[in-house]
Amino acid sequence: MIHFVILISRQGKVRLTKWYSPYQQKERATAIRELSSLILTRGPKLCNFVEWKGYKAVYRRYASLYFCMCVDQDDNELEILEIIHHFVEILDRYFGSVCELDLIFNFHKAYYILDEILIAGELQESSKKIVARLIAAQDTMVETAKAEAGSVSNMIAQTM
Amino acid sequence: MAATAAITTTSSPSLVDTLFQRSLDDVIRALRSSPSSASEETVISRALDEIRREIRSPDLDTKSVSLQKLTYLSSLHHLDLSWAAFHALELLPSPSLPHARIGYLAASLSFHPSSTELLPLATHQLRKHFAPSPANPPALAASALHLLALASSPDLGRHLASDLLPLLSSQSAASSSLRAKAVATALRTLAVCPDVAPVLFKPLVDCLSSSDPRTVSAAVGAFCELALAAPDPFPYLPLAPEFYRLLVDSRNNWVLIKVLKIFARLAPLEPRLASRILDPICQLLRRSHAKSLVFECIRTILSSLTDHEEAVRLAVDKVKEFLSSDDDPNLRYLGLRALSMLESAHPWVVEESREAVIKSLSDPDTNIRVESLHLIVGMLCESNVVEICNLLNKYAMKSDPEFANEIIGAMLVTCGKNLYELILDFDWYVALLGEMVRNPHCAKGEEIERQLVDIGLRVRDARPELVRVARDLLIDPALLGNPFLFRVLSASAWVSGEYVEFSRNPVELVEALLQPRINLLPSLIRAVYIQSVFKVMSFCFISFIEQIQAVELLSVGGSTQRSEKNDEQSDTVPLKTTESNVSEGDHGDTTADTVLLLDLIDKKTNFTRESISDLMNLIETAVAPLSECEEVEVQERARNVLGLLFTLRETQFWNIEAAHELKSDKELSEIIELLEAAFSEELGPVSANAQKRVSVPEGLNLNANLSDLSKILTDYDLTPSASISFSLQSYNPQETKEDSVLAVEPSSLLAEHRKRHGLYYLSTQRDGDELNDYPRANEPLLPVDHGDATEDLVKLTTPSLVPRKSKPTKPRPVVIRLDEGDGTSTSHLTTVKKSDNLLSEAIRGVLLENESQPSLSGKLDTSSKRRENDASDNSELISQQIESVTLEHGNSSSRKSRQHRTHKERYESHFKNEDIEKSSRHSIKSSRQHRRHKHRQRGDVTADIVPQTPAIQDFLL
Repeated sequence: MIHFVILISRQGKVRLTKWYSPYQQKERATAIRELSSLILTRGPKLCNFVEWKGYKAVYRRYASLYFCMCVDQDDNELEILEIIHHFVEILDRYFGSVCELDLIFNFHKAYYILDEILIAGELQESSKKIVARLIAAQDTMVETAKAEAGSVSNMIAQTM
Repeated sequence: MAATAAITTTSSPSLVDTLFQRSLDDVIRALRSSPSSASEETVISRALDEIRREIRSPDLDTKSVSLQKLTYLSSLHHLDLSWAAFHALELLPSPSLPHARIGYLAASLSFHPSSTELLPLATHQLRKHFAPSPANPPALAASALHLLALASSPDLGRHLASDLLPLLSSQSAASSSLRAKAVATALRTLAVCPDVAPVLFKPLVDCLSSSDPRTVSAAVGAFCELALAAPDPFPYLPLAPEFYRLLVDSRNNWVLIKVLKIFARLAPLEPRLASRILDPICQLLRRSHAKSLVFECIRTILSSLTDHEEAVRLAVDKVKEFLSSDDDPNLRYLGLRALSMLESAHPWVVEESREAVIKSLSDPDTNIRVESLHLIVGMLCESNVVEICNLLNKYAMKSDPEFANEIIGAMLVTCGKNLYELILDFDWYVALLGEMVRNPHCAKGEEIERQLVDIGLRVRDARPELVRVARDLLIDPALLGNPFLFRVLSASAWVSGEYVEFSRNPVELVEALLQPRINLLPSLIRAVYIQSVFKVMSFCFISFIEQIQAVELLSVGGSTQRSEKNDEQSDTVPLKTTESNVSEGDHGDTTADTVLLLDLIDKKTNFTRESISDLMNLIETAVAPLSECEEVEVQERARNVLGLLFTLRETQFWNIEAAHELKSDKELSEIIELLEAAFSEELGPVSANAQKRVSVPEGLNLNANLSDLSKILTDYDLTPSASISFSLQSYNPQETKEDSVLAVEPSSLLAEHRKRHGLYYLSTQRDGDELNDYPRANEPLLPVDHGDATEDLVKLTTPSLVPRKSKPTKPRPVVIRLDEGDGTSTSHLTTVKKSDNLLSEAIRGVLLENESQPSLSGKLDTSSKRRENDASDNSELISQQIESVTLEHGNSSSRKSRQHRTHKERYESHFKNEDIEKSSRHSIKSSRQHRRHKHRQRGDVTADIVPQTPAIQDFLL
């Protein structure tokens, strides 16, 4: 299974973290620190797998972002690479040629998209179309809910 | 205005906070505009202050925005989110979807199954969101599932398991994505809480045959996890037909990969299954274009189907393709990984792609190089270890520091494995160790140190070469500059001191040990150096005295006229002339003795009075300053050396001309006796259990209270000032006497101790017969070793007669091995998690036992009943709870089980049909025979494998 997903920028800034196995806050910080020092130092034409503490970290760089997933030893590395690519394509489709800034300012949306693809460390949805449709449906629901809450009468009712 | 500000900072948040709240975007912008990490810290702490205030607002909008900000800071800046757990829970019941989602997001990122105490509070809300109702949009249920999957504690899982059922069994198209998510959640729940297996397992099995591909994919993923995690995948064997169907029918690579993983676990359990899946897997391997799937096929074959030569051949061909893909480092890496899986079962595979493996050693990617290094090292055997290690060592010289150390480390581990079982030629290995040290990047000093000393202790025949290598290392000035190698120098110093009798030039050795640059070394290692000087000095002195004795003997045994000549040339002992004396001698008995003695002298370097006194002067000038060294270890040993030195000087030994004078000088003979006693016994490897075998002497109470001792001790003045105030200038004959006693005493005590407890030391030096008492390393492997030790000696001493053949024929020197707790690497038994056992037992119960029994206890087999007896009342309570849960859903579940049975029957028939179809391609007759044969075989096999579970029968045929 996938134990965690992290997105790191080339400068070592963390852009997204998702933990599918229970890690305490401290363990999370050390994992990110160790992995980013491992991954960011690797050159461009090397293989996309690194060993880390008995696990395998599969990473791939897209533009200035490193997408990294930590998996068990017996997981299929190439499959994980495909999942990463899948995630990136969906992000790209949703944001329209995604860039780092999109993820910075819409971090919760990135989480919602990831949640549609992976759950409990397993791939859930392998169809890009369906994920796009699900996310769009959620967005409209959120928009209508916000519009309702944002109406003047509502605000007055809340403050009274 | 000021008043409101004061209120907002201290008490509950007001409307002002709500209206002027900074949004998430504001915080992100502030963070991004901060120029340095220090100012970023201030921005974060300011935002955190705001959040702490705002989050207590009764207004859900304010609360949700502040929680969102906190979530952002926590997930990307490692802030602790656990204090806000309650606020996240507060947002969950909100009717507004955005609020609830923000609450769920925060909860799923921060809740920890073991450390979040508020987790039980979420139970009710999760249950509400699982319930299928129009008020629950799928997004909410999905978030709820997600939270349960990530944060499920055993309690939470137990309470909510039954609530997952409607989601797991829903058939509508709209909820199909929810169903897939529910499957994954059920997997996590099962993993943390095996008790719920009776509730959740059957719906999960049903999902395998769902018409919705997403559900199937999720279910296969779940079973893959379960089967991989289970210590014994046997309970999943009955599901094999379902997986086989997927393997044949599915076109989805994700599903196929998971199915292959499951079969990799199941195939070793059931030979018929292995031969059954072989064909589809080989077809996939040939046809698929997806590398991930191809790799999974390779891995399945190489890990579980290694008996099928043809499939292995095919997989190996694919691996070669991987290895030769120059543009894709990933494939090269995975190819090497695949080879390493085969290394033990089919060494010919590695041998075949040897070229590619060795080429990978110079790959730009470190990971690939490390893999290929492991493969190469894995190929090492007695016949090629010399050649390959020499090559590797040369390669390490050219590599970058990190990889050079990888190589050196791998060589050390492999060659040192199981007490150097690969090494036949220890002279070569010791020289190799010396060469490794010459690598400028070498940082494996500790392991090299250990092996140098270890070989010295265990392999007597290697000692001369060891001393030579140690000498070379000691006189190399370059090594003193590398702190990683100090330990190696320490070992070299020890070896040259301990086995000084093999040294060609002790004077040079002392010079090397006392060179001024040893000040660079840490004090403990300098202490070893000085101790070695002590040993070398006493050795030189003893051999000098022995020389005098020998000459005396000779002159007595030979013609006495020559003794005058000896007197004239008292400084140099004329060995040549005495030898000629021997030939002239006519006393048969004494000549034999003298020849022996001459041999003795011949082996050692000749010492003259001058050279001895030069040596002593050298030692004195170099060691004297150290006697005031601040490090106690160095100081103590330096004083020991000086003490011995002054005592020897005092004896005026150089005035002694002959042995009889020597005997008359009582003091000198005492000293020599003591020195000989101190160093004559050989150090051996000590068994890890040696301490245990020392019996406690009678009358010794180890548990006595020592508190009285302090009273007695206070009577003595133990201040160490007296010893510290010693200075070099204050040395006078009386003090040196004291010192000499001090110096000699510990060593004599040591000798006495060794004599008394000789049993617990390995005394290897006594004679050959005793040597044979020790079990040799690898007797079954190396029949050459059976040769007597004396025979070895003969062979070694008569090299001219027996021309040395190629290396393998050379007898392997004896390596001392202790019977227990020595050298053997303790294999770490994989500790099987208890929950895994529970889970597999529970699943075994569900799948294999009679389905009509509704209660949990009835479904568990006898082994689990035993466990239940052991378990506390608590678990009984739980099982009762679950029983009641299952009874509640009694109607539906029984209906489902019936459905399930029909499903199974359908697949059984499906399988049978297919079998017939396939066999109909061959002649009908043979197929019949085949089937009859299989029937017989089936009976046998199941009887053999599963005597306790009659339920697994016809699934495979």
